[in-house]
Amino acid sequence: MGISVVEVSKRFNGFTALDQVSLAIPEGSLTALLGPSGSGKSTLLRVIAGLEQPDTGQVLLNDVDVTATPARERGIGMVFQHYAAFKHMTVYDNVAFGLTIRRRPKSEIRARVHELLELVQLEGLAQRYPSQLSGGQRQRMALARALAVEPSVLLLDEPFGALDARVRKELRAWLRRLHDEVHVTTIIVTHDQEEAMEVAGQIAVLNEGRIEQVGSPRELYDRPANEFVMSFVGPVNRLGDAFVRPHDVEVLLEPDGETQEAMVERVVHLGFEVRVDLVRDDGEHLSAQLTQEQAEQRELERGQIVYVRPSRETVFRR
Amino acid sequence: MSRYVLRFGVLGYLAFVLLVPVGFVFYRAFDNGFAHAWHAVTTPEALHALWLTLLIAAIAVPVNTIVGVILALALVRGRFPGRGLLNAVVDLPLAISPVIVGLGLVLLYGRGGWLGGLADDGLKILFALPGMVLATMFVSMPFVVREVVPVLREIGVEQEQAAETLGAAPFQVFRRVTFPAIRGAVAYGVVLTTARAIGEFGAVSAVSGNVEGKTQTLPLYVKAQFDNFDTSGAYAASVVLAVIAIAVVVSLRILQPKVH
Repeated sequence: MGISVVEVSKRFNGFTALDQVSLAIPEGSLTALLGPSGSGKSTLLRVIAGLEQPDTGQVLLNDVDVTATPARERGIGMVFQHYAAFKHMTVYDNVAFGLTIRRRPKSEIRARVHELLELVQLEGLAQRYPSQLSGGQRQRMALARALAVEPSVLLLDEPFGALDARVRKELRAWLRRLHDEVHVTTIIVTHDQEEAMEVAGQIAVLNEGRIEQVGSPRELYDRPANEFVMSFVGPVNRLGDAFVRPHDVEVLLEPDGETQEAMVERVVHLGFEVRVDLVRDDGEHLSAQLTQEQAEQRELERGQIVYVRPSRETVFRR
Repeated sequence: MSRYVLRFGVLGYLAFVLLVPVGFVFYRAFDNGFAHAWHAVTTPEALHALWLTLLIAAIAVPVNTIVGVILALALVRGRFPGRGLLNAVVDLPLAISPVIVGLGLVLLYGRGGWLGGLADDGLKILFALPGMVLATMFVSMPFVVREVVPVLREIGVEQEQAAETLGAAPFQVFRRVTFPAIRGAVAYGVVLTTARAIGEFGAVSAVSGNVEGKTQTLPLYVKAQFDNFDTSGAYAASVVLAVIAIAVVVSLRILQPKVH
């Protein structure tokens, strides 16, 4: 059950957007497709939606091959980055759209729309037009519209990409709660690793049309399959062949065995955490992540000489 | 200061190029009194010319509106070879002189033309209504396309794709999502198409034969009256043309839905 993508390839005018991609998404899960722009994550979502036809390969929804089924018959709900709100319709008519197309009785539509508007916290705004809503409200309306037809799959294409940082954080938490309530199999496309880790139970990391790794947020962070995943899911220092996370860089005031001398270039206060940019005596640049307390104890300031050592490093076989 | 110079400069330009000539036509139409003007536009020939003009517009405008919307959709949403060429062809009627269009139709449907045989089969195109409609459709073709294309580009495909994922079939997508979004542009295109259709002189004059009471449209009637030294009659008929055009603009303004 759930969604299966089997060896899907897609090319656009000589550009390979997807290259033999296979992915299984369990029913009821919330999966993130994570990758930089041009990695093929949106194309993969659109292939699953039926808005894009793969050159080769298959898409199965709940064990049924839907590769040749038009989008309108796939029973999906989709949310777009720029809301795709029907501008000439009220919020009510937007949410009711899928039900109106299906010619459901008016009383049923009314009940369902109000139920959904309550779910997305837009009860009082049914008669507004999309242009009278904020970005966050518009995107919640788009979610209600997608959920109205009781889709078996919910597809979100960078749903929070056009919103400002604070609203984005709110909606992420809200989406997580919504998924716990509604349990519909959901795929969210994002280029923001923090968003993917916060929202999704499973993450597929894409790069240049291929899937690099699939796993839980923890697995990806602790056991990245390769350099790309390691550097995409969090900040990383590259020291020769080794990769070190900034929080695994120890900063000492006295030399201690294997430590190397380094000079503090910059101390950046980010609230609870403090980022220290350093340059080692061999010329390598790296940054260390300390707590505010650790930074204060060491009284770090620009130009100071310290001694660094990685407490944990990762080397990938080539 | 320079702001005022610019403002009055533009207004003065508009007045001299547009308003004063049209104003004079209105003014001179009633030179010999209202009764004379009324008489000039209610002769059987004038009424027939008016009726013919409206009839041609009533055929050409709906056809060009429907074809124009389809062409605009093809140009913006379609992916087919020759799209660039089609885009250029749509502008042809704006680029070439209407008289040439008329002559082209004469060559095509006239004696010895590719389709000249139609007249022998009883289907008279030239010097009859079909030819005049064809000429009018040609010259008034680009307006709906040119109004709708930029709006279609601007609204993008996301709303249409959203409708599709919600279960709408292609025609439902058009009727419920695309058309409401382009309605304003279509309406403005219809205004321009109508204005062009009722005002066309050159192309229609080449194919009509200009037979009074038979194949004479209102613009042709105006010219004929003018040539017969009945200037106030010509001006009166011109006023009728202008009033129709203004009526079309105003009625569409009123029918236009409020924009949110």
